[in-house]
Amino acid sequence: MTRLAASHLTCLRGARLVFEDLGFDLAGGGALLLTGPNGSGKSSLMRVLAGLLEPFDGSVDLDGTAAYIGHHDPVKPTLTVRESLDFWAALYGADASDVDAALDQLALTDLAPIQGRLLSSGQRRRLTLGRLLVQGAEIWLMDEPTVGLDTAAVKRVESLVAAHRAAGGIVVLSTHIEFALPGAQTLDLGDFAPGRAVDRAGEAA
Amino acid sequence: MTAFLAVLTRDLRLALRQSADLALVLGFFVIAASLFPFGVGPSPEILARIAPGVIWVLALLAVMLSLDRLFQQDLADGSLEQLALAPVPLSITILAKVAAHWLTTGLPLIAVAPVIGILLNLPPDGYVTLLVGLALGTPTLSLIGAVGAGLTLGARRAGLLIALLVLPLYIPILIFGVTAVDAVLTGFDARAHFLYLAAILAAAIPLAPLAAAAAVRHGVEG
Repeated sequence: MTRLAASHLTCLRGARLVFEDLGFDLAGGGALLLTGPNGSGKSSLMRVLAGLLEPFDGSVDLDGTAAYIGHHDPVKPTLTVRESLDFWAALYGADASDVDAALDQLALTDLAPIQGRLLSSGQRRRLTLGRLLVQGAEIWLMDEPTVGLDTAAVKRVESLVAAHRAAGGIVVLSTHIEFALPGAQTLDLGDFAPGRAVDRAGEAA
Repeated sequence: MTAFLAVLTRDLRLALRQSADLALVLGFFVIAASLFPFGVGPSPEILARIAPGVIWVLALLAVMLSLDRLFQQDLADGSLEQLALAPVPLSITILAKVAAHWLTTGLPLIAVAPVIGILLNLPPDGYVTLLVGLALGTPTLSLIGAVGAGLTLGARRAGLLIALLVLPLYIPILIFGVTAVDAVLTGFDARAHFLYLAAILAAAIPLAPLAAAAAVRHGVEG
């Protein structure tokens, strides 16, 4: 059973505590929406969940495979859209048919023979999302996946996320725009800023 | 194995489509070599004496200058963290990247080395030994270089830092490579030198990717 949980997570960047004592529990089909002001640690939390960053304290319990989308679009200027996806597919042991399906789902089929340097930022973002589909992971960690996307593409991503959850997948998503995520838990990173944990304990008492 | 080949073909494709980078490295190799006759004078004896050393030192520098290509662009566009997260062991991915680096740097250098030999009046008996030595030595240069490139990820002035880290480690390869040619030119057998170069390579193939993987993992954390 797919599951993603965290308990007592504390993240230290340099000498600064970003958040402390953070926890959540997601089962298959669940979604978590991360909110909070700039610098509150949404991206740091994503990187901790993806395994790119060691938490200072606490633990992540991850049952299933995870795929991570960060702020960058790993698009090579000299590779075509199809070559990029073929590479990720080979790396993750996916089939060529998965690549075709991903191209189709993100309306990239017409762009398949285009080199990365000629893509617009929204098209690059769609290619990055295509990689997510090709990976076939159960847990999607999406750090601002909608940056640069037009409304039609955002709708498309919303339906992809919904389909992924319907199939038993988990989604953790941070965004600054409206994004339809029905039934999602919300986590405001501002509540876990250093020192706030003490306040919460006080309120509870 | 599929993943190894996928990374290898991707990096080869990227390098060949940005072939100006390759041309720059080879251009550096040839132009720097052509400075020596001006610097030390055109005496054929002196040039023949220093030729193996000059070719080897320039090969080291040329490889070193191309090391930033190994991880820097992948770090900047976020590919490197995705490679680190992939289900393939990162050391295998790095071994594939190093293989691609050697095929697009070491191999062309070996191909150009005889031209520089002629330019510097290397005696005819030395060519085969020089080329065998380079064939055994340049893969090790790429492997050790990957560790240096991994350690300097994200650093300011990474190029200079790589030089400080990597050049001292290149010294054994330089010594055995150059003395192999000297041995043959003075009537000795170069077998022992080749064996040492091969032994260093055999140790570097499994060890360097592991070290580089640890360094890259730390580099993508930031």
